[in-house]
Amino acid sequence: MTAPAAILLDSVRHGYEPGRPVLDVDHFSVATGERVFLAGPSGSGKSTLLGLVAGVLAPDAGHVEVLGTDLAGLRGADRDAFRGARIGVIFQMFNLLPYLSVLDNVLLPTRFSPARRARLPDPRAEAARLLTALGLGGEDLLGRGVGALSIGQQQRVAAARALLGRPALVIADEPTSSLDWDARAQFLELLLAECTSAGSTLLFVSHDRTLAPRFDRSVELGELNRARAAA
Amino acid sequence: MRALAGLASRSLWNRRGTAALSVFSIAVSVALLLGVLHLRDDARRSFASTVSGADLVVGSRSSPVSLLLYTVFRIGDATGPVSMEIVERVARHPDVAWVLPLSLGDSHRGYRVLGTVPGYFEHWHYGRGHRLEFARGGPFADLYDAVIGAEVAERLGYRLGDPIVLAHGLGEVSFATHADKPFRIAGILARTGTPVDRTVHVSLEGLEAMHVDWHSGAPPPPGARTTAEDARRADLAPSRVTAFVVGMRSRGAVFMMQRALEDYRGEPLTAVIPGVALTELWQLLGAAEGALLAIAACVVVAGLLGMLSAILTSLGERRREMAILRSVGARPTDVFLLLVLEAGLLALAGAILGVGLMYGARAAAGPWLERRFGVAMELGGLTPYDLALLAGVVLAALLAGAWPARLAYRRALIDGLSIRL
Repeated sequence: MTAPAAILLDSVRHGYEPGRPVLDVDHFSVATGERVFLAGPSGSGKSTLLGLVAGVLAPDAGHVEVLGTDLAGLRGADRDAFRGARIGVIFQMFNLLPYLSVLDNVLLPTRFSPARRARLPDPRAEAARLLTALGLGGEDLLGRGVGALSIGQQQRVAAARALLGRPALVIADEPTSSLDWDARAQFLELLLAECTSAGSTLLFVSHDRTLAPRFDRSVELGELNRARAAA
Repeated sequence: MRALAGLASRSLWNRRGTAALSVFSIAVSVALLLGVLHLRDDARRSFASTVSGADLVVGSRSSPVSLLLYTVFRIGDATGPVSMEIVERVARHPDVAWVLPLSLGDSHRGYRVLGTVPGYFEHWHYGRGHRLEFARGGPFADLYDAVIGAEVAERLGYRLGDPIVLAHGLGEVSFATHADKPFRIAGILARTGTPVDRTVHVSLEGLEAMHVDWHSGAPPPPGARTTAEDARRADLAPSRVTAFVVGMRSRGAVFMMQRALEDYRGEPLTAVIPGVALTELWQLLGAAEGALLAIAACVVVAGLLGMLSAILTSLGERRREMAILRSVGARPTDVFLLLVLEAGLLALAGAILGVGLMYGARAAAGPWLERRFGVAMELGGLTPYDLALLAGVVLAALLAGAWPARLAYRRALIDGLSIRL
């Protein structure tokens, strides 16, 4: 690895009850611009790892560095601001707020992150561009409620939100597992293409290993996480 | 903060079914609270405007409040009589402008009969010094003339010249009537919004004629009756009345006259200044008002608790929403504020709707209240006290909202980005 690390975990331990770590990782790193597939079945400590990387959780022990910033050195609110400004997140499903329109869902990060808002000269236009790039073009869709969208469409709206303002890191937590095979391939194609054009590092978590070949690198969380091995 | 307020209101709109119920329960409680307050103010204003210009009300020795209630508001039971002699003595006093003797004790179909003098229609003022006015007819000219209040005329459908029979005592249904000496309606007063509307006025002499053959409150035995025409020739100057109202030439003389009457050795008297006795009445009613207000306040608390339980119930299904917000950079504090704002918005909407409900109910119930209790409504604006109360309700909701907000805050910290089903 020659490029500086976008994600660096060093001797990280975390658990929800004392003496019972859920995650115990000696070393894990992702290079800037790298697109990494992280394979992990449910219960493998995946959510905890993503929580630590996103700065929502603080590790019990060890060192978490994201985009060159030591998260342990930040206060909670600063970690939230950091995430809002520089990280995009896509969930497995139910990514959208049911009471906001498609456009407002995509623009949601700009409500909480002035830094991300500042990077966008015209947030609306960028949101429309991203949605079009993700195959959801058409002005009539922007103002519509999200309830009428198919799950595949919802996931693409979530991807547009994660990519809005070109965050340096995109975290995707099983974003394709509720999609059928065709939609899955298409979604992955679009996501990878947009990450490349935005220059974003992508950490993609899934239990579906058939997707792994499309990434730069594949990592088994089961091997990485010593807490599981011990259990 | 503005971003959060926008999210909170849209989130509420998305759950408008349950939100509307919360808003409505708060609105009903707020309407009740404001209604009790306004009704109290209406009652006070109404009572205070019932009599004006009268400096003293004098009756036999009794509590000032019951004297005032009986003579002015025509509520409650009679106090003992005073002699006509003292009435005439006071009337002759150089500081006294006028004296109105009042004689109560009879009724007509539930409405009280007041025996008085023609000067009553000139000196009995109400509100801010309004004189009584005749809608039709005029004061009594004949011995058996009666002047009725606006409500009596309206409810019983009386017109000028109609004969009416008065009954002995104050019951709605009376078996001892003065059917042998019917009265004729000579005048109908314009509406005043005071107990005058519900009074049948006759002359003192007419009242005396009616009772000329009665002894010790009992009707005459058959054969011993005096006919109406024969009664005209009897001595009809009353020897006693229930009370009398005094108007002084100068305000300064009121206290001296009051003291003189209270100290009068000839008979036991109570002389009250209406405003002072009213203040005493408010103090008496204070406890009841306090209880009503306490109940209304409890209903407000119940309304807020209903809202609280609705928000708490919604928290479980909204964990996803919180995780999404966290993922785009919302702090746990934002999650906290979002829920507090939600509670505040619900209460604010409830307060506004509650004010509307209260005014609606007042407009609807006003005429009935005025007819039934003589309480005149005044659809005034909200007082600073009302506004402070409304602000207090919203503030209480914000504080109550802190509870679910704190729960969501803690969950947001633990859940992180994982959405557990």
